[in-house]
This record gives sequence, structure tokens and C-alpha cells, in this order.
Amino acid sequence: MASTITSPASADDRVSARSLGARLLSRPEIGSLVGAAVILVFFLIAAPPFRDINNTGTILYQAALIGVMAVPVSLLMIGGEFDLSAGVAVTTSGLTAGLFAYQFSVNVWVGMVVALAFSLAIGAFNGWLLMRTGLPSFLVTLGTFFILQGLNIAVTRLASGAVASNSISDMDGFGAAKSIFASEFKIGGVTTKIIVVWWIVFVAIAAWVLLKTQIGNWIFAVGGDAAAARAVGVPVKKVKIGLFMVVGFFAWFTGMQLLFNSNGVVQSGEGVGKEFLYIIAAVVGGCLLTGGYGSVVGGAVGALIFGMVQLGVVYAGWNPDWFKAFLGAMLLLATIVNLVVKNRAEAR
Amino acid sequence: MTTTESFADDATTSPNTPIVLLEDVGKSYGNIQALRGVSLSVRQGEITCVLGDNGAGKSTLIKIIAGLHDYTSGRMSVNGEERHFGSPRESLDSGIATVYQDLALAPLMSVWRNFFLGNELTKGPFRQLDAAKMKRIAQEELTKMGISIPDLEQPVGKLSGGQRQCVAIARAIHFGAKVLILDEPTAALGVNQSGVVLKYVVKARDAGIGVIFITHNPHHAYLVGNHFVVLKLGRVALDTHRSDITLEELTTEMAGGSELEALSHELREINPEVVVDDVRKGQEGT
Repeated sequence: MASTITSPASADDRVSARSLGARLLSRPEIGSLVGAAVILVFFLIAAPPFRDINNTGTILYQAALIGVMAVPVSLLMIGGEFDLSAGVAVTTSGLTAGLFAYQFSVNVWVGMVVALAFSLAIGAFNGWLLMRTGLPSFLVTLGTFFILQGLNIAVTRLASGAVASNSISDMDGFGAAKSIFASEFKIGGVTTKIIVVWWIVFVAIAAWVLLKTQIGNWIFAVGGDAAAARAVGVPVKKVKIGLFMVVGFFAWFTGMQLLFNSNGVVQSGEGVGKEFLYIIAAVVGGCLLTGGYGSVVGGAVGALIFGMVQLGVVYAGWNPDWFKAFLGAMLLLATIVNLVVKNRAEAR
Repeated sequence: MTTTESFADDATTSPNTPIVLLEDVGKSYGNIQALRGVSLSVRQGEITCVLGDNGAGKSTLIKIIAGLHDYTSGRMSVNGEERHFGSPRESLDSGIATVYQDLALAPLMSVWRNFFLGNELTKGPFRQLDAAKMKRIAQEELTKMGISIPDLEQPVGKLSGGQRQCVAIARAIHFGAKVLILDEPTAALGVNQSGVVLKYVVKARDAGIGVIFITHNPHHAYLVGNHFVVLKLGRVALDTHRSDITLEELTTEMAGGSELEALSHELREINPEVVVDDVRKGQEGT
């Protein structure tokens, strides 16, 4: 029915319909896709082990470790906020599950549920404080970042007497949980970890929510212009607090991966600096730091670039010391490419 | 000015009851009284113009009716019922839509997404957005009002100021507004664009909507208004029907009226010659 609608007779003849190419170029993730292709070709040439299909699984795994958290971080950034506590919150969740299960000698799954509740509460607290005070998310989450970083080490040392949580690998429920969060599998000769599958599932769901549902429309609106969104009846506070809680959920998921992948032991100092990797993935993927524009798929491509570069440097036989410098240059390049592509697409 | 009359004359006599009625409404922020004893009525199919200089209390008045602020004295009734709005949503649900100066459109979002923002249409068990239907309705509504935006996928930020105004007004009308508050819709526009918006305002009135038209331009107000309220320092300085006032009187009233006369009198008392003489003397002295 909708296809029969032609432009009205009074249509402005100065404007012609945009071509498919122009519309494709105006997608936020296009810059990162081009970047990913360039990096892929570059390392295929420069690093022979990169061509080995067996290493694809490892690259995807590295990408997924960042990519799962890049999903909520991208959503949050489109919603106009960011979360500096996202990196240590992952560790907090892993530690909570491990320490709780061990100290109270309960089933691993009980510890996991407690950790989930705690992670969601951290997200809700971040969002609530932000909405309540009207402070920038940089300050609020910087505060939570340091609180969690301190708590991680202090509580772990109090409970276990060491800087890592006690191993829970021989406790009830460990095997089942590990198979969900950290098992390995083989597909077409490529061995990889289950988190890669979860990553793809999460990206698909989040992309659908963002582009095809009312909530997604609201996320764009609260990030683009919160006052405008409020004026037409969008519950701005609920949406933003909800987004922080989504970050909390994914921090829990990634924390569980951390816990079960390392035989039920979590190092309490882990996670510091990871928050920037998530933000880099989102920005490289075309999310606007100021909100209102971006894509979940872009964030995933950003994480893929991260994985390819990290392992590409190793496979090429270079000193891994160069990796961070390379990553920073990538970030700058990507933001410039995004800017140019966006301006050009809008000018057509 | 022939078009002026045709805009306004058919609705000059509409004796129906007010949809929104403000009686002696006041609003104070701490010890500052932004609005004092303001009475105002909005009737179906009528354009009530609220005029006033900067700081006269126009924005405060809109914010009360739109549900962004609550009033602190007096009484506001909507459809005969006393109301205190706690949020813009409550105001919207009572059929009052506000088109703000900044338009309440998210600039990076497409036209159709903005049009349906907060009122999205969904389909299926997963409540997926019905994009095709929303685009079609947005196109129809905009065409009906005489605006053509060929590509509804383009971001609202790319539209002209007049087009953006019209999108915002069309949206309010489509979602069943009975009262439309327009906050300085022509303030930032050129002559042509203002004309487009004013025609559109009249179309809204003809559709039976009660319009509150906030402006500081008496010419624009007189082109379309049925009723004029001039605010000054938070009080109503003038409240009159179209038949009881001419454009000249309205302009004078708007420009300051009696204060302007006092000011010109004061200025005349200062003899410019004397001032110049004084300056000359001063220069000679040095």
C-alpha cells in the first residue's frame, strides 16, 4: 500500500530522491566498515599468520571480549551519556559472584544472581544520580569508577586475604555456568569461544531495538535533544536510567565470562582502562560522543577492528608495545573519516 | 491587507465556552513574581495572541499551560475542570500541544521519526515500529497543510526554519491537539517563511483548534488574531477583542504605550542644545 504513494504533485522540484549509494553512505557505521576492510587487507598482506583460518576464531574472540560491552556503551552514547565505570564494573560483577558463592558456600548460580542484582543496581545508581543532580556523566561515572576500583581490591582482600577471589571451579553449578559463558566450540575447522556467538546475538537484538522499536526511537531522541524529547512526552529519565542498567546487565554478562573463563578466579585489579576500549569501539563505529547519532553494528565493527589490530600486530611479528599507539591513531583516523563521510553524505 | 481580514473575520464571533481558562493566575520563583493575576481564555476556533516584551512573562505563562511549571496562585481550568499539571505529558493528554521556539525536534533524527516521536505506531507481537505507515501518514499530513518535504528520511536539522515550524505544528494537529500553543513561531523567520507559518496557523484555527499565539510582533498578531492580551512585567496590561482595537493602537500598546509617551516627554525636557553647549564648554576648558 505504501509503495503506491508517489511524491505529491506540489513536491519541491529542487530536491531529487537520494540514490541508494548516498543513502548507504549516510549510515553511521559506513566509515568503520571501510576502515575494517582496509585493516583486514593490510594485515592479510603484512602478517602471514593472519591468513590462517584457524586464527580467525582467536581474532573474533578478542573482538567479542570488547564487543559485548561495546553494545550497551554504544546505546548509551547514542542516548547522550557515557560510563567510565563500565570497565571495573565487569570485574566487580565477576568478583561479587565468585566471592559470594565461595564465602557463603552456596551454589554458583546463587552468586551469579546476586552479582546480577548488584550490577543492575550500580547502573541504576549511576543513572539516578545523573538525573537527580544534572551533573555530566563524565563526573558521576568517574566517581563510580574510583569507588568500584577501590571496593574491588579492598573487599577482595578482606574476604579472601589475597588480591584475587577464591577459586569456585569445584563448586556446584560451575560446569553448567561455564558451558554457557565460556565454553569452546568448533565450527568448520575454526575453534572459538561461545562468547562470539553471544556477541553476534546481542548485536542483532540491540540493533533491532535501536532501529525498529519505540524504545530505540526514544534513545536517539534523548541523546539528540533531551528537552525536545521531554516536551513530546518521552520519559527521558527512565530511558537514561534504563540505558545505564543495560550497561549493568552487560557488565554482569562480561563479568561472568571473566569468572568462568579463568577457572573461577577473578583478579581484583582487572578492568581498569577497558572502559576506554569500549568507548573507542563505539566512536570508531560512528557513534557521536555528544549523542543522538550512531549505530550498534558500528560499535561491533569498532570492536572487530580492535581485535584485528591487537592480534595483527602480534602476527606481524611486531613488538606489541606499539599496539596502543596504533589504537590511538586508529581512533583519530576513524573519527576524521566519520566526519568527512557524514558531511559528504549530507551535502548530497 | 485584504488577506488580513479574510484570515480573521469568520471566527470573530464564536461564543463557545473556553477550553482553557486562567483566572488570576500567578507564579513566583522564590521572591520573584514572574506572573501576577493573569486571566486568559482560549476558545475553540479562535486565535488568542499573547504579546509582550522580553521578560514580560510570556514564557512563564506558556510553561504553566504546557505543564513544565505549576502555578502558585489563582486557578487554571481545562474543559471546566481545575488542573495542576505535573508534567508535559499531562498537558498533552488534556489536548494541549505546545510548539516551542526551539521546536522540540531532535535535529539529527529523520522527519518521520520526529513527527511520531513519543507517539510511535507499532505493529506485530514484538511491537515493531510501523515505519511505512508512519512515513505515509507524515507525508499525507504535511501535504494536507501545503508543505512538501520529498525525503522524509532526511534529518530535521536539514530543513529550513519555516519547514521545521510547520512540521512541529502539523505534528501537534495530527495528534489531536485541541489547544495549540505557539511560542514565537515567526521570531526567527524571514517575511516569506513567516507568511507560510501564519497561513498554517489560520488553517489550524479553521480546523477548530484553539490557538495561543505568543509573539512580540504586533503586525503578525493582528494578521491572524481574534483576541489580544498584552503582558507587561508579569501583569496583563491589555485584554481586548479584535473589534475593539486597531493595529496602530496595538502597536502603540506593545511598544510601551503610556510609558513611551512619558519617555518621549522626559527626553524632550533635556534640551539637546544645552548638552552640546556643556560639552563644548568642557572642551574649551581643557
